[in-house]
Amino acid sequence: MEASKTKSSEPTIDLKVFRYRPEESSEASFEDYTVPYREDWVVLDALNYIKDKIDGTLSYRWSCRMGVCGSCGMMVNGEPKLTCSAFLRDYYPDPVQVEPLSYFPVIRDLVINMDDFMNKLEEVKAWLIPKEEQSVADGERLQSPAELAHFKQYSMCINCMLCYSACPVYGRHQEFTGPAAIALAQRYNLDSRDGAAAERGDVIFSDEGIWECTFVGDCTRVCPKKVDPAGAIQQAKVQATKDMFRSMLIPRKGTE
Amino acid sequence: MTRSKEPIFWSLFSAGGVVAALFVPVTIILTAIAVPAGWISAEGMHELCMHPLSRCYLFLLISLSMFHWAHRFRFVVVDLGLKQGGTFVAVICYGAALLATIVAVIQLVSA
Amino acid sequence: MNSEQNNRSTTELIRPIPATWWLKKRTYFLFMVRELTCVFVGGYALFLLALAGKLEDLKAFEELLYSPSLIAFQIIALPMAIYHSITWFNLTPKVMVVWRGEDKIDPRIIAGANYVACLIISIIIVCIVSRFRETS
Repeated sequence: MEASKTKSSEPTIDLKVFRYRPEESSEASFEDYTVPYREDWVVLDALNYIKDKIDGTLSYRWSCRMGVCGSCGMMVNGEPKLTCSAFLRDYYPDPVQVEPLSYFPVIRDLVINMDDFMNKLEEVKAWLIPKEEQSVADGERLQSPAELAHFKQYSMCINCMLCYSACPVYGRHQEFTGPAAIALAQRYNLDSRDGAAAERGDVIFSDEGIWECTFVGDCTRVCPKKVDPAGAIQQAKVQATKDMFRSMLIPRKGTE
Repeated sequence: MTRSKEPIFWSLFSAGGVVAALFVPVTIILTAIAVPAGWISAEGMHELCMHPLSRCYLFLLISLSMFHWAHRFRFVVVDLGLKQGGTFVAVICYGAALLATIVAVIQLVSA
Repeated sequence: MNSEQNNRSTTELIRPIPATWWLKKRTYFLFMVRELTCVFVGGYALFLLALAGKLEDLKAFEELLYSPSLIAFQIIALPMAIYHSITWFNLTPKVMVVWRGEDKIDPRIIAGANYVACLIISIIIVCIVSRFRETS
């Protein structure tokens, strides 16, 4: 371990960082680093300091450093956090442990494989499927403030996957569609311009969809954008229940 | 993917959860504190329970509470690490709730 | 990008969730306590079922009501049932969202309404039961 180059009079803070370099070892380890402590620094600043000044081999993802891109999610002292929004002053003077997001396979160091989540976004068709096709000449699709309000909260998702790392159901069973994918499905299902709620329902109202959820609620607690995926899932359960009773009481006409 | 049949069980769980939340605490206070402490005698409680409305109350409380337990407990068992046999546990739990419901009907109707 | 394929190479590290996951975080532990209240709710339902079975025999009915071990069970079941009620009422607004135009009705109002309903129901039940206090 290389010594940090801070002056001995400057305050410092210790980071215990998860390292996994498959070309060197099939096992993970922790490496200790001492970085300068600055009151305005976040964990991401500390990681950047390590990479710049101490150990250039450390791998991790980051981008906007202001909590909107969703790239820098990691476990900080066991809690899923955006490292650009986790202030060192909230941990100082205790050491800070940094690990990759839980329940995802680790490619290297703090970098996880997020393919599962990306596939789920495709599965739930997390995009607008309009009720009718419209040409540009037809003008805008109008939407009232009330109609916007119904789905706006779920549109705030930045795909940071902290919710997946907080979810013990996903931890146990990665087939579970998961909080963000379901919240995003609801974002479109509740959008008055969208017409594919039935299609998405066939995906998220399955056994691996909303019904795996036991409403632990930690996903909502860790979400940095207050999306409330747990709420989205419970409301989806109500919708699925209404759909089922409706279809039982009113036989569907037409081709089936 | 096909839509799940879970809404049936989830509805029973939710109904049971509401009924248990609203009615169980006061009922426990009556049977565990009011009777033993002598606020009401066992005979008085007996007379109350014989009333048809009380029997309906008891039936709903017993049946819905059992379905609430069944659904929640079945997921707890899986959460606590049982990987296989989830369907087996579900059958046992809902089966027990159904049995309790049937026994309750028989006992409350015939008494 | 082929969406059917997870690009999982064999050097990726899998970190399984431990069976004791629910002991690792306070929120997880409280979740498990909330879930386990159903055991006491179910247990109490079985107690009521036993009482229902003894309706034809006053002596047996009485014995069940005064049984010390069953009273002890109920004394433990009571705080569990109350914890169920509290967690249930607090979570109800997440399941039942009520819109008034652009705004959601404050979730605290929905939760509060449940608490009030519980209180009123309990008072009504106690009033009804008190009518059976004097028997010959």
